[in-house]
Amino acid sequence: MSRQYKLVSCTINGKPVEKMVDVRASLTDMLRDDYRLTSVKKGCEVGECGACNVIINGECFNSCIYLAVWAQGKEILTLEGLAGPNGELSDIQQAFMDEAAVQCGFCSPGFIMSAVEILEEKRELSDEDIRKRMSGHLCRCTGYENIFRAVKKTMLKRLGKEKEAEAVTHCTLKV
Amino acid sequence: MYVGKNVTRVDARDKVLGRTKYTDDLCDKSAYIVRILHSSIAHGRVVSMDTSQAEGIPGVVGIFTCFDARDTHSFPTAGHPWSTDPEHQDVADRRILTEEVRFYGDDIAAVVAEDEVSAAQALRAIQVEYEEYPFVLDVQEAMKEGVPQLHKEYPNNILKHTTIRKGNYEEAIKEPGLTKVEGWYETPTVQHCHIENFICYAQMEGERITVVSSTQIPHIVRRVVGQALGIGWGKVRVIKPYIGGGFGNKQDVLYEPLCAWLCWKLGGHLVKLDVPREETFVSNRVRHAIRSHIISWVRPDGTYAARKLEAFSDQGAYASHGHSIAAKGAGAFPQLYPCENVEVDAYTVFTNKSVAGAMRGYGIPQAMWAVECHTEDVAARMGMDPVAFRRRNVMPVGFVDPFSKNELYHDTFNQCLDKALAATDYQRKYKEYQNQTGEIRRGIGLSLFWYNTAVWPISLETSSCRMVLNQDGSLQVQLGETEIGQGADTAYTQMTADVLGVPLSSVHVVSCQDTDVTPFGTGAYASRQTYTAGFAIRQTALLLRERILAYAHELTRMPPYNLDIVDGNIIRTTDNRVLMTMGELSTEALYSLTNSQHLSAESTSQIKSNAYSFGCTIAEVEVDIPMCKVKLLDIVNVHDAGTLINPALAEAQVHGGMSMGIGYGLSEKLLFDEKTGRALNDNLLDYKLSTFMDHPRLRALFVENPEPTSAFGTKGLGEPPACPVAPAIRNAVYHATGVAVNEAPLNPHNLFRRFTEEGIFTATGKGGFNHV
Repeated sequence: MSRQYKLVSCTINGKPVEKMVDVRASLTDMLRDDYRLTSVKKGCEVGECGACNVIINGECFNSCIYLAVWAQGKEILTLEGLAGPNGELSDIQQAFMDEAAVQCGFCSPGFIMSAVEILEEKRELSDEDIRKRMSGHLCRCTGYENIFRAVKKTMLKRLGKEKEAEAVTHCTLKV
Repeated sequence: MYVGKNVTRVDARDKVLGRTKYTDDLCDKSAYIVRILHSSIAHGRVVSMDTSQAEGIPGVVGIFTCFDARDTHSFPTAGHPWSTDPEHQDVADRRILTEEVRFYGDDIAAVVAEDEVSAAQALRAIQVEYEEYPFVLDVQEAMKEGVPQLHKEYPNNILKHTTIRKGNYEEAIKEPGLTKVEGWYETPTVQHCHIENFICYAQMEGERITVVSSTQIPHIVRRVVGQALGIGWGKVRVIKPYIGGGFGNKQDVLYEPLCAWLCWKLGGHLVKLDVPREETFVSNRVRHAIRSHIISWVRPDGTYAARKLEAFSDQGAYASHGHSIAAKGAGAFPQLYPCENVEVDAYTVFTNKSVAGAMRGYGIPQAMWAVECHTEDVAARMGMDPVAFRRRNVMPVGFVDPFSKNELYHDTFNQCLDKALAATDYQRKYKEYQNQTGEIRRGIGLSLFWYNTAVWPISLETSSCRMVLNQDGSLQVQLGETEIGQGADTAYTQMTADVLGVPLSSVHVVSCQDTDVTPFGTGAYASRQTYTAGFAIRQTALLLRERILAYAHELTRMPPYNLDIVDGNIIRTTDNRVLMTMGELSTEALYSLTNSQHLSAESTSQIKSNAYSFGCTIAEVEVDIPMCKVKLLDIVNVHDAGTLINPALAEAQVHGGMSMGIGYGLSEKLLFDEKTGRALNDNLLDYKLSTFMDHPRLRALFVENPEPTSAFGTKGLGEPPACPVAPAIRNAVYHATGVAVNEAPLNPHNLFRRFTEEGIFTATGKGGFNHV
């Protein structure tokens, strides 16, 4: 079986790049193996767990079921592209830290990128809608609770609703 | 002081930046790729294998069959400390590859190729000829005469029969006026589903093999790889980087021996074994499905006269952690609700299914399912309030476990209950939801749990710690206890900073364990590490402090007893004057022309004590009877884990356990085809893990009674949160509908069957159904 390669030119984390890739390779393979962007995780490789989620032209995709060759001409954003030039954390990354939304950390990159997609819409989602939009990701460590808080707080803060954001508390405080 | 504060995880920044390296991220791309050929029958023998076609596929480096692995040794896989007493060693029933097939998914050959695609193609091209035997999937069927035998050393497939006898059950049940309450309770096979699948890679350096593995137990893996290959254990070096969850699956030696053996066979070339999700479900480990039969004899005042438990624990095809799981669950029975006359018989039984091993809770989620469903049934039968009934019978303050000598020092159960009842408005809702009619009904349910942390006195608990001071006064801390996502490294950082008297930022806990470098330690299991490592950290930090102050005495001429370390400075305690910084002291110590000292400390703690870690769950549900669906409206866990080292991380840990318990109660079950023994839903689509949509807000509350035996007042919290959740949900559904569902999970399939049996659909249609 002879291998076929194709030149894929795209923009990754703001930087125009191009490389020959195996036409059978997934975008996960390309990002991890060719560009060493290892925040893109493999948990199932069939689009079930969401660990490989990246943003392509503003929209979230499981990169494991997205062919690398489809990335031609696209703008791709991975978790590595979120921090500022001097390593400054974005607000959602900071929120994941502050709200203890990270445990083993393996699913975190995928979750954070879905949160970014929500935040970029610059509108207020209901709790139910936040849950729906994040439900393509599986996490076995957190029970999603602190992730929910991190996303909701950041969404409200970006909309200038500081007071409402502060009111998103730990559930323990309900008592 | 940092202990007790919500310090941000020490590894959080790297994790949100995506720069934390896990096993696959570290492996060089020159690695050969390994794929395992699994058996496609449930029981039998591999007669022959034709690999000729597979060998011809471009990119294939080698095919290794079970016949090629005859020179390897049998080995045990349980992540237990090794016992030097042969009587107590784990059962060594695994081979690197097996000719004898004992479950659908057994490891019969391995393909090594230059890339994943060639490896996958070669797998499909191997022809296997089997001699097939009949197989058995049901745990009680497997104990009968004349059924297929998995291991000839274990007649009737019984790996172990564990017994507890207390008082005289047969005599006690003759007491007049007793009510007999009896029930069967069953838990399903479930899988850990850490998001990072098991992965390892191996390479030789000199005559030694280095294995980098996603494991909870690096030092144990070193020993088992040595055992499997028949080489000195010191010839094996195991490195554990950050791992993407474990939950007990990675408390087993999985494929490190196979990977190391293939590397060895290939002249030491780098080989990587990355297990696909489907194989993680079937060919790693699962949680023991346990079927329990409980008989209680209850006096009219609601106390127990005598109790009996029979448990049938489904071991699957190989021994792994074996009877320890059923034994731990059995141990809870006479303790959570102590009774003078108790009989327990727990059978751990081989079946032709996926191998059961350790999973968060280690037999206690199964035991709590049986015990707490039954407790609810008994209270209902006796016409007693479920809370009052539990309070009357629960383990009293001052109870001492005759075996471990663990003591219940505080009124933990009642305190946890009080907190949970108040948080959920339980009593009001319990009354409000009585005698509902209609299709949609609400209920509220409760479960306590018993959990015994760590493993003393089954084996001696030890922990070793090394602290090395740097030029700038900061230090490295190394421990054998592993960070697996739970936040261990952060807790250790807080502990070290407090005992030594330095800022948090001066302490660097080395997260990676490397058996060549890291002090010996057995790893993450039994909710032991915060408790166990605490002793070694305190002891080692005190030792280092003494050395630092002795050196400070040399430099300052002040007596050591008038010196202290506060916030990273050497101070004179008589006037609190800062005499020098730790950085000044350590630079001088390293580069002094007259008295150079490398200030470090290393010590081992032997821990001959242990602790109970108790609590409860209350769950509120809404049941849609025609749809056979349960919606969780509210859930609260309350835990007494002693003093919390980091309340925010403790809370997060509880959330994760609650989530796992919710899946256990409502949706998760690995199914096996009765015709073939093949797993039917070995993927994350068909296996129903809880998602973001399946939870209400999770509420975690604590009662902080300091544990008197502990170095920091703390005790285990890793596993306990998963233990009481499922029975609380079941009891809530019972409260809502009057239907006792004794088989987990409460998915629509089970509810439909039970609702049909109880005639609740008809009753609903008529507009009325009154439950007990």
